[in-house]
Amino acid sequence: MNYLLGEDMTGGYGGADILRGCTVGVARGEIAVIVGPNGAGKSTAMKAMLGLLELRQGRVVLGGEDISELTPQARVARGMAFVPQNANVFVTLTVQENLEMGAYLRRDDFTATMEEVFALFPVLAHKRRQIAGELSGGQRQQVAVARALMTQPSVLMLDEPTAGVSPVVMDELFERIWAIRETGVAILMVEQNARQALHIADRGYVLVIGENRHSGSGAALLANPEVRKSFLGG
Amino acid sequence: MGKVAAVGDVLNALVLLANFVLIPALSYGAQLALGALGVTLIYAVLRFSNFAHGDTMAFGTMATILATWWLQSRGIGFGPLPTALLALPVGIAATALLCVVVDRAVYRHYRRQASPPVVFVIASVGVMFMINGIVRFVIGPDDRQFADGERFLIRARDFKQMTGLSEGLTIKTSQGLTIVIAVLLVAALFWFLQKTRSGKAMRAFSDNEDLALLSGIDPRRVVMTTWILTAALATVAGTLYGLDKSFKPFTYFHLLLPIFAAAIVGGIGQPVGAIVGGFIIAFSEVTLTYAYKKFFAYLLPQQWEHRILDLGLLQLLSTDYKFAVSFLILVVVLVVRPTGIFRGRVL
Repeated sequence: MNYLLGEDMTGGYGGADILRGCTVGVARGEIAVIVGPNGAGKSTAMKAMLGLLELRQGRVVLGGEDISELTPQARVARGMAFVPQNANVFVTLTVQENLEMGAYLRRDDFTATMEEVFALFPVLAHKRRQIAGELSGGQRQQVAVARALMTQPSVLMLDEPTAGVSPVVMDELFERIWAIRETGVAILMVEQNARQALHIADRGYVLVIGENRHSGSGAALLANPEVRKSFLGG
Repeated sequence: MGKVAAVGDVLNALVLLANFVLIPALSYGAQLALGALGVTLIYAVLRFSNFAHGDTMAFGTMATILATWWLQSRGIGFGPLPTALLALPVGIAATALLCVVVDRAVYRHYRRQASPPVVFVIASVGVMFMINGIVRFVIGPDDRQFADGERFLIRARDFKQMTGLSEGLTIKTSQGLTIVIAVLLVAALFWFLQKTRSGKAMRAFSDNEDLALLSGIDPRRVVMTTWILTAALATVAGTLYGLDKSFKPFTYFHLLLPIFAAAIVGGIGQPVGAIVGGFIIAFSEVTLTYAYKKFFAYLLPQQWEHRILDLGLLQLLSTDYKFAVSFLILVVVLVVRPTGIFRGRVL
């Protein structure tokens, strides 16, 4: 049962359509991964689900409710959290301040959430007073994910969380994302590192020029010879 | 007197320097710092150079003066302190209202259009002329004295009697007040920016607008808070400057150059930079335009004095060129290190 579903999404940033009737969904406690070649509209599909892009056709459903007309801010307030690929932390703020800003919409006491997040990312607990801009790339990605978790979201969307980090850091990040999945969050992720991402994915979507080409469980896609040949390098 | 200057001469020379360089530059620097903080806040959050800031200071001072006159007409004073301090909240409120109304009427339109910064700058020049017109229309273009209360903290004559030195030290109430109030205001501003939810939201918005929006930070609130803070800083800076010198609308327009120089030298968008920049500009202006003849006359042996007299006043620049000093520093910083001392943004 999809908790978040972008159905038959068609649209672009003015001009030609980037998405051409693609459908992407994810259930709670599940990881869904969007993979595909450059320019396939992977990030665009995710941004459309957050409302950063106006759809000409199709709809977005969150928890059974049509949210197609809501602004991105309103969607965030309803439990969607988004980690952009670039500029995803406040570089002049401390780690702790980054998390506080993540919790900006919460008027209750969020210290318990912050401790949970620090438990998930122990490195950050030690560096909570450090300026986020001074951290390493991998640690910054952790801050970015941690900031998004501060609203206790039901959906976590990650745009290439492992772009530009070393393989070791990538494994560690995937491990954390797996741990977040265990808490019942629906996780939707766009990934360049398709093979590794599909390994931890419950569901995978292969997009090509804005359309669904293949979809299925991560394992099934990894086993599919056509997917392997065309998108996973053999 | 021997070849070496006596202790008394050294003290006299130092007092002379304190009286004519250190104290005036400290209070002028504090006034510039407060002005530059306003410019830097607008730049950090709204991302444009607000040319109307000098005239916003004039407006705030005007509002404070009007409230001061009203208080004085009621016979209300503040003892030894200037009545204008009591009137400051009224001035700040009026200026905050002006800033918020101007933002609604002018800048919001360009924000919605996502106009480039240069459009905002030009719009702010228009706002500058408008506010300038309002101020001249309401209070007139002439000099206004509005300082009352005790004029001096330390008088030259008393100082001479106390110390037995031949040089006197004068500290005006306005100079002492400027420094004390600037310290308090800057401390309050930094506390607000570092510790409060709204202050952190302002810094987050300045750092990364998109991510701030994704975090649910309301941009309208951030913009409004910024204008109110700026109005308060501008009013206090303008009133302190007016108490120290006198109030003349045209002077405030002129202050724009040293204020911008201060903000840019420190690193625009960086509050700490604005403060450091303010003092750098003030000390450069004062030290370069001060006539050192008397100072050296105290320090150098007597037989040299005639030669010194021949050299003239030993003044590097005439005070008429004080704006050239800020301009020169501005150009050098922009060429050598455009981000300023504290790595602000590049204009």
